[in-house]
Amino acid sequence: MTSYLASGRSLRSWLVTKDHKRIGILFLIATTLALVLGGVFALLIRIELLTPEPSVFDALDYNRSFTHHGVVMVFLFMVPVIPTVFGNFFLPMMLGAPDVALPRLNLASFYVYCLGATILLLSLWFGGVDTGWTFYAPYATTSPTAVATAVFGVFVVGISSILTGLNFIVTVHTMRAKGMRWFRMPLFVWAIYATAIIQVLATPVLGLSLLLVGADHAFGMGVFDPALGGDPILFQHLFWFYSHPAVYIMILPAMGVVSEVVCTFSHNRPASYRAIAISSIGIAFIGFLTWGHHMFVSGMSMLDVGAFGILSMFVAIFSAIKVFTWTATLYRGRITFNAPMLYFFGFMFLFVFGGMTGVAVATSSLDIHWHDTYFVVAHFHFIMVGGTLTMFLAACHYWFPKMFGRRYPEKWALIGAVAVILGFVFTFTPQFLLGNAGMPRRYHTYVPEYQWLNVMSTAGATILALGLVVTLVYLVHSIFRGEKAGDNPWDSRGYEWLAPTPPPTHNFHTPLVIARGPYDFHCPERP
Amino acid sequence: MNRRVEIQFESAARQEHAVQLGMWIFLGSELLLFAGLFGLYTVYRTEYGLEFDAGIHHNQLLLGSTNTVVLIVSSFTVAWALYNVRKDKRDTALAMLGITMLLGLAFLVIKGVEYAHHFSEGVFPGKAYTNLELPGHGARMFFTLYYLMTGLHALHMIGGLAVMGWVTHRVWTRRTNRESHTELHLGALYWHLVDSIWIFLWPLFYLTG
Repeated sequence: MTSYLASGRSLRSWLVTKDHKRIGILFLIATTLALVLGGVFALLIRIELLTPEPSVFDALDYNRSFTHHGVVMVFLFMVPVIPTVFGNFFLPMMLGAPDVALPRLNLASFYVYCLGATILLLSLWFGGVDTGWTFYAPYATTSPTAVATAVFGVFVVGISSILTGLNFIVTVHTMRAKGMRWFRMPLFVWAIYATAIIQVLATPVLGLSLLLVGADHAFGMGVFDPALGGDPILFQHLFWFYSHPAVYIMILPAMGVVSEVVCTFSHNRPASYRAIAISSIGIAFIGFLTWGHHMFVSGMSMLDVGAFGILSMFVAIFSAIKVFTWTATLYRGRITFNAPMLYFFGFMFLFVFGGMTGVAVATSSLDIHWHDTYFVVAHFHFIMVGGTLTMFLAACHYWFPKMFGRRYPEKWALIGAVAVILGFVFTFTPQFLLGNAGMPRRYHTYVPEYQWLNVMSTAGATILALGLVVTLVYLVHSIFRGEKAGDNPWDSRGYEWLAPTPPPTHNFHTPLVIARGPYDFHCPERP
Repeated sequence: MNRRVEIQFESAARQEHAVQLGMWIFLGSELLLFAGLFGLYTVYRTEYGLEFDAGIHHNQLLLGSTNTVVLIVSSFTVAWALYNVRKDKRDTALAMLGITMLLGLAFLVIKGVEYAHHFSEGVFPGKAYTNLELPGHGARMFFTLYYLMTGLHALHMIGGLAVMGWVTHRVWTRRTNRESHTELHLGALYWHLVDSIWIFLWPLFYLTG
């Protein structure tokens, strides 16, 4: 049987494909472009912050840069990336299915994403946006920039997110192969499933709130405008009701990748399968009850502050369950070091650091000091970049042989991983210190005392960017020139590795019958 | 069943289950789209209770209630259409679908009459609001929410009409028939959702003054 890559080589055969693997590749291209674009905006910010005085930007252009960085990275990269790329490619294979349940909807989701991204990028072209990625009212309703177009673009991207989530829920419920009980599903599937629930439940609320801000901006609706009787704080509530769960949309799939990588490269069962699976659902649930911790200084009663603080700390409990279970999985494992495993160790350090500072900022007395400083910026970048981006890279390496039938060069991968992780640490550790010393976020100037830390941060960002460029170059090169890969180069027990490499259009030659768990390393590969 | 089973499904029953589940999840996300607006209504009504009362009294109860009856009857006719397709009574089904769409149009016409009446009194959303009889932030916010919620609902109604038109065409050309009528079932579910949302808008804007 011909592989999915070889079945039709014309551009058209890719653009109208209903194959979940090809749609995954299309999303990989689109989200990688978004990553590059968001990264360029990040470097612009870091260049401006090299000096205390304004250098390359005035205030408005600086505001546009960090807004565009945030909007592109969050809505076009972080939120969609792992579900749409690796969820699309591997969720059906991990279930032993020939495709997702609704393939046409899957392709529609890709084009809706492209449409939304285009609208969003057009708004950046025509005047840009200077509100910050949170579009807070009342500023967003009066800003002279192209707010209405941008929020409409985000709304359309949100529709794509809902369609993908819907498709995955239906797929998990109806497409499991014979013998695939719920607790035989790979942990990546659990993570994607939990994510999909959040996508379906939270995204409509965000879409609506952003449309209302857009309507306020374009037509003077005044829903959030105090001059017309509106309440801007309400926008913050509606916005974070989605956008806090959205943090878990970004991190849960990454956690799914962690589970696969740590089990495969220690050739060991997870220390507790159920603890990891159920804590994903726990995070998805509790994530809906923590949004107020973004608003401790927005005028909130002490009772609410306390309640939201404590509920937020519950997330740390579920996350800690995962971290300890992953660590325990290494015990008595047969550990092999490849690039994904290096990213795993990087992830563990960065995620624990980011998570612990998360507990710190959930403590209201500390948050009042750190709110809107670089401390918060550093905290969420440790989770989003240190967590999600590193695991996106781990996934790119881990599944690379299955996706393209080729190996990546291990030596270059180690260089890239070290540059990314060290560059990251040098970028954001100084920002914790800056924030604690009182440097506010979203200013293009600062007092000279902060300069050495800012220079260090910019240097780190440069190393991080170089690491990413190196990684992109050798991965693209390997797609065409890499050494041929076998069906199961890591000796994994995951079901996706049972398919031929690269997989044919409907994944498996014969329907799978699942007779063992996805981490049963004591069993032979073929059940 | 003569319905084509897509390659990814092992059986027609599994396929039917999958598309039904997908539709229910979609309806759930639609409800959450409106949930944000219901939340805003709750908060602003708590803040501007008396002015919201006055706004409700200002709305025309007769027109709003007529629309409720129109939609409930249309929910019945769409269900009756599905029942008749299952009984293989194509003509009755087509008649019922026709009535459903006429009722949907009637709803929009009545809503349009109401809007026209509001416009003539200077009742516009947001900063365009110029009504002198009910001045103040509360009344303005009431009517802003009124336009947003009934407007979003009307957009869904238009979407529902498009779906009904498409399904009717399929019944007409016999592609939707006794053996294969999933699209009619899903379209009817959507129609019911749009009706159900109105059932909640009706008390909020006409009854609870």
